[in-house]
Amino acid sequence: MSIYLNKDSKIIVQGMTGGMGSKHTTLMVEAGSNIVGGVNARKAGTSIELGGKDLPVFGTVKEAMAETGADVSVVFVPPAFTKDACIEAIDAGIGLLVVITEGVPVQDTAEVFAYLQSPANTGGTRMIGPNCPGVITPGESLAGITPATIAGSGPVGLVSKSGTLTYQMMYELRDHGFSTAIGIGGDPIIGTTHIDALAAFEADPDTKAIVMIGEIGGDAEERAAAYIKEHVTKPVVGYVAGFTAPEGKTMGHAGAIVSGSSGTAQAKKEALEAVGVKVGKTPSETAAIMREVLASL
Amino acid sequence: MEYQAKELFAKHDVPVTLGIVAHTPDEAQAAAEQLGVVVVKAQVKAGGRGKAGGVKLAKTPEEARTHAEAILGMEIKGLRVNRVLIAPAASIEEEYYFSFLLDRANRRYLCIASVEGGVEIEEVAKTNPDAVRQIPIDPGTGVDEAKAREIVADAKFPEALTEQAVQTVLALWKVFVAEDATLVEVNPLARLAGDRLEALDGKVSLDENAEFRHEDHASFVIREEEDPLESVAKDKGLNYVKLDGSVGIIGNGAGLVMSTLDVVAYAGEKHGGVKPANFLDIGGGANAQVMADGLHVILGDEQVKAVFVNVFGGITACDEVANGIVGALNILGDEATKPLVVRLDGNNVDEGRRILNEAAHPLVTMVDTMDGAADKAAELANA
Repeated sequence: MSIYLNKDSKIIVQGMTGGMGSKHTTLMVEAGSNIVGGVNARKAGTSIELGGKDLPVFGTVKEAMAETGADVSVVFVPPAFTKDACIEAIDAGIGLLVVITEGVPVQDTAEVFAYLQSPANTGGTRMIGPNCPGVITPGESLAGITPATIAGSGPVGLVSKSGTLTYQMMYELRDHGFSTAIGIGGDPIIGTTHIDALAAFEADPDTKAIVMIGEIGGDAEERAAAYIKEHVTKPVVGYVAGFTAPEGKTMGHAGAIVSGSSGTAQAKKEALEAVGVKVGKTPSETAAIMREVLASL
Repeated sequence: MEYQAKELFAKHDVPVTLGIVAHTPDEAQAAAEQLGVVVVKAQVKAGGRGKAGGVKLAKTPEEARTHAEAILGMEIKGLRVNRVLIAPAASIEEEYYFSFLLDRANRRYLCIASVEGGVEIEEVAKTNPDAVRQIPIDPGTGVDEAKAREIVADAKFPEALTEQAVQTVLALWKVFVAEDATLVEVNPLARLAGDRLEALDGKVSLDENAEFRHEDHASFVIREEEDPLESVAKDKGLNYVKLDGSVGIIGNGAGLVMSTLDVVAYAGEKHGGVKPANFLDIGGGANAQVMADGLHVILGDEQVKAVFVNVFGGITACDEVANGIVGALNILGDEATKPLVVRLDGNNVDEGRRILNEAAHPLVTMVDTMDGAADKAAELANA
């Protein structure tokens, strides 16, 4: 078991023929993902060989889904076209929409999110991202850009805003492995939150413990803490990045900014600790805490 | 800054008086001669300018000059005042507050309106929360005339001003959407003599991700007010934030770099309290040129005593990163004078470490773990 993604997931790639798209489609195929095709209106009807697999290119998401039975789409299209690509996929009723693209205007994402919440989302699409590394269920499937070789399958569920911190934490805990690791993205508005992932991990019988990685900006971690208190029975270990970040400066991720007293790492750590989540000071300490937790299960 | 916000207001028909921007007392005096009784207002990206003595009424051009002399060059919240706005003095009867902003927590937009404006809205929210109206805006439907009327009614703007207020709300919504703003704030939105509504002061925050569809936004960036190193980094497409410490930091991925800063600060506690000197994310592709550009920016910071290169090889394998570091040191030549502590982990790490060992550059020390490398870098910066 896993969350959001498994060996049966059939994946299409929007923007598969572009630079990023073709590179990462190759890596996804090599990771064992069941990639069934791509979408590019200008190259519809052609096919492209990536990772040793001949992949058909369709004109629309709807067509691709009808022909292949795809239920997951990974989006690599440039920021200016991301909103339209997402709306198209939602209209087609895709189950899971993983938006890798970095640099999407936040008003575009706000509109896409409003669309997801509206009656137009008849297919119940879930969006992950934008500006995220995507989802990996090690040994089964990868929908995104997470390196598939870092860690194997195991009992830990991981949710993080950051890509490289996801990789770092997977590496630290590669001796235990992961049920699913999901990078939700560092933008101010994202489709899937820490809380969504926590709920899914709580419901997944193969996930025994959860690592939650947060960073400065917004109040998602505080909200997650409140959720954990009420709804999560599995052990959660936390890590928060950005204790040394100054006020008013964006630290790489568009959403990673301390405004006044809100969004600080200290406040997030305290909120998590107040509900019994053990929070590591560094990635390695966080991994050490998780090892103790796993040993005690 | 205020004058830039007002330019955007004027562009979208928000009632506003632009005034004249002055960089010297002479220019301030000349502007006042044109405008009559004026307010001399410090232009910096900070609130509380009035409290800091950065906003003064001038009845005569000479007085405008004197105030400009005092205000130009002063510091408000650490920011030097390089320009003042000379605005015609207005006869204010009432002051209101109005804003549209991104509501991250609820993943939509929010309108905040209050008939108690002119002061910090956070204060009003504490002392009289009922006077601060918060109206959610659905990004899918936005603000049409009906919604604008709902907002104006909810905020309880005076009836005499209803039509003007509705038009102003619609114009401010246009600023928010057409300019890809994350915040459009008017404080005060003033009722002037003769029941005229006007935006007397304002703030607009723009979304950098949307710059590709707003070529004119680049003109709002005032280069001489940016940190010079941040400016160089931006030109090279690097994500760099200058901090105050002495350990230069290069890493890949925003989260990992933030984490690296923290780990260095913890390690610094054992080494004379040294702190990270910067945030620098070189992103996924760590080739020699990107690495050289990054090191060039960091070594341009005189406070830097040691550099910590912390890379997790994900998609970019560690051997490429190692070659990047070796190549960067070649490109930099004599410019590279500070010790470099390198920590590589992840994809193809053995080959990466072998390349760096073989190159045996005298400035480079390799440490296997992030914590250990942070400790070494802090120690070297404190030597």
